[in-house]
Amino acid sequence: MSLYILKRLLLAIPLLLGIATITFFIVHLAPGDPMDMYLEPRFRRQMDPEVIELIREKYGLDQPVHVQYVKWLGNLATGDLGESFRYRRPVADVIAERIPYTLQLSILALLFDALFGIALGIFSAVKQYTRWDKIVTLGSLIIYSIPGFWLALMLVLVFSVNLGWFPTSQTRSLDYELLSWSGKVLDRIWHLVLPVFVLGVASAAGTARYMRNRLLEVLSEDYVLAARARGLKERTVVFKHALRNALIPILTIYGLALPFLLGGAVLIEKVFAWPGMGLLAVEAVSGRDYPVILATSMIAAVLVVLGNLLADVTYAIADPRVSYEKQRPA
Amino acid sequence: MKSNDRPSKRLLLAGSLIPGVGHLLLGKRRQGVHLLALALGLALVLVLRWDAFGEAFSSPRLAPWLSARFLLTALAATAVFSLYDVRRSLALDGDDSTGRSPFQIAKRRFAANQLAVIALYVIVIMYLIAALAPILAPFDPTAIENPTETQYLAPSWQHLFGTDEFGRDLFSRALYGASVSLSIGLLAVLIAVTIGTVYGAVAGYFGGLIDNVLMRIVDVVIAFPTFFLMLMLVGIFEANIVFLILILGLTSWTGTARFIRGEVLSLKEREFIEGARSIGLPHRLIIFRHIIPNAMAPVLVSAALMVGGMVAAEAGLSFLGIGIRPPTPSWGNMISQGQDALLVAWWVAFFPGTLLVITILSFNLLSDGLRDALDPKTLMRKYV
Repeated sequence: MSLYILKRLLLAIPLLLGIATITFFIVHLAPGDPMDMYLEPRFRRQMDPEVIELIREKYGLDQPVHVQYVKWLGNLATGDLGESFRYRRPVADVIAERIPYTLQLSILALLFDALFGIALGIFSAVKQYTRWDKIVTLGSLIIYSIPGFWLALMLVLVFSVNLGWFPTSQTRSLDYELLSWSGKVLDRIWHLVLPVFVLGVASAAGTARYMRNRLLEVLSEDYVLAARARGLKERTVVFKHALRNALIPILTIYGLALPFLLGGAVLIEKVFAWPGMGLLAVEAVSGRDYPVILATSMIAAVLVVLGNLLADVTYAIADPRVSYEKQRPA
Repeated sequence: MKSNDRPSKRLLLAGSLIPGVGHLLLGKRRQGVHLLALALGLALVLVLRWDAFGEAFSSPRLAPWLSARFLLTALAATAVFSLYDVRRSLALDGDDSTGRSPFQIAKRRFAANQLAVIALYVIVIMYLIAALAPILAPFDPTAIENPTETQYLAPSWQHLFGTDEFGRDLFSRALYGASVSLSIGLLAVLIAVTIGTVYGAVAGYFGGLIDNVLMRIVDVVIAFPTFFLMLMLVGIFEANIVFLILILGLTSWTGTARFIRGEVLSLKEREFIEGARSIGLPHRLIIFRHIIPNAMAPVLVSAALMVGGMVAAEAGLSFLGIGIRPPTPSWGNMISQGQDALLVAWWVAFFPGTLLVITILSFNLLSDGLRDALDPKTLMRKYV
C-alpha cells in the first residue's frame, strides 16, 4: 500500500507541473497589463516613467515571459508564492488569513452533509417505495436542483430581511469586540448558520440520493439474502451487514470533496461576503492579481490530486477486495 | 380493426392538413393531441403576437430574425410531419405487429414514468419559449425609458415579473435570458459530449500506448480545478456567449471520455466487433458505426444531467459578474442584479431563480427517467 501511495505521489509531480505550466501561460498570455491593477492608469500618467519601470522590475514584469516562468516555478518549488499586487503582501500570508474562514464553513457543511445525507439515504432505502421514500427522493432531487447561491439569497430574504432572525452577511457583528467571550462564540455561530445550511443542504441531498441507491444495490445481494434467511433481525441485516458495504463508495465521495473544503464555496462566500479562499479567488480574477490567481489555482490543483489519492486509498483500506498492488493497465 | 371501418383516405389526408387531426381520426390519440397542441400553440403565438412577428421578421438583428423564421419553419414542419406520418400509417394499414425494438421498449418504459414525462414537456416548452423569446416578449429587454417612473414596479398583469432598477420589464428579460442560458447549456453539452465520446472511444478501442497517453491527458484536465479554470479564463479574457460555451464545453468532456472508454473496453471484446474486424472494416467505421452507437445510452443519461449542470454553471459565473455581462440578460446576471435589490424588490432575484430551478430540476428528472428506461440490465426483463 505505501508503495502504491508513493508511486501515486511521484506521478502527481509531472501532473502538477503540467497544470502549473498551463495556468501560468493562460494568465500571462491574457490581454491586459497587470500594471493597470497595480496602479490605476490615471495615476500612472502623472507618475515618473522611471518609477513605473522600477515597479515593473520589482515584480519581474519587465522580463520576457519564459524567464518569468522559470523564476516563478523556482519560487513555487521553494514554497514562495510571490507578492500580491493588490494587498502588497506575500500571497502566502493573504491566503493563510483566508483559510480558517473557508474551513469553518466547509467542515461544518460536510458534517451536516454526512449526518443528514447518510441518515436520510438509509431511511429512504429501508422504506423503499413507501410514501416516505417518495417524499425523501423527490425532495432531495428538488433541493439538489436548486443553485446554492440562489437558495442563499432566498433564505437571506426570508430569514434575515423579513424575519430578522439571522444576519445577512459577514462573519461577525459590528459590536463583536465589545462582546464577552461566550457572546463572541455565539455571534460567530449565529453568522455561520445560514451559509453552513445552504452549503450543507445541497450536498446532503446529493449524498442521500447516492446513499439510497447504493444501499438498495447492496440489499439485493445474495449475502444479505443469506443473512435474512438465517432469521436475523432486519435492523441487524441493514446496519451490520449491508450498511458497511454501502458506505464504501460514500467514502470515495468524501475523499473527492477535499478540494471543495477550500474552494467549493465560491458562490456562497460571495453571497455572504464571507472572506474565504473562494472570495479571494474571485477578487483576484476580477482584479488581475496574477500571483494570487496562480497561487489559488495551484492550491486547488494540489487538493484535487490529493483528493483523488485519498479517495482511492480510503477505498482500498475500507474494502479488502480492492487491491492496487496488481495495477490494472490503465 | 378492418380497413373499411376507417374513415376514407381522402378525409384523412384532408384532416391531416391541420396537424394532428389525421392522427386523431386514425385513433392515434397521443400523437394527435401532441401535434395538434404544438400546431395550435405556434399558430396562437403567430396570431396573438402578429405585430411583434412582423417586426421580428424584418428585423436587422439576428435573434429576432432567426426567431421569426423558426416560428414559420416549426409550423410548416409540424404540418409536413403530420401529413407524412398519416400517409405512412395508411400505407402500413394498421399493421404495427413488427415486434418491438429496444428503442421502442425504452420509449414505453420512459412514458410510464410520469415525472420524467412532465419534465420532458417542461424542457420542450422552455426551449420553444426561448426560441420564440423575441416574438413573445412584450417589452424590449434592454431599453431604458424613464426609470424614475417605472423603477422597481412590483409584479402585475402589465409586468408579470415586475421591473428592475432601470425600469426594464423583467418578464421580457427572463424570456431573453432563457434563450441565452438554455442555448449555452445545450451547446456546451453538445461540445463536451462529442469530444468526450470520440476521445473515449479512440482511447478504449486502440488501447496500449495511445490509451495511456490519452488517459494521462485526461488526468491533467480532471485535476485542473475546473471552476477556477473557468473563473480565470472567463475573467481574464473578455467573455461573450460563444466564448462561454467553448469554455464550458472544453472543460467538461472528461467524464464522458472516461466512461465511454470503459464501455468500449468491454464492447470491443464482443463478437460483433470481432466480426466487423474480420471482414476488414476500417477502424473509423468500426468506431463510429458499431462502437459508439452501442455505448450511447449512458451518454444520453449523463448528457441530460450535464445540461442542467451547465445552465447552473453559467448562472454561477454570471452571478459572479464574469459570465454573460449586462445589459445582455441571462438568468445568472439577473439574479446577481437581484442581490443588490434584495431589500427593496424581492422579485428581481426570485423569478429568474425559479425558472433556473425548474429547468435544472427538469433535466435531473429527465436524466433519471432516461437512466431507468435505458438501463440495459433491466431493459429486457419486463417486456420480453
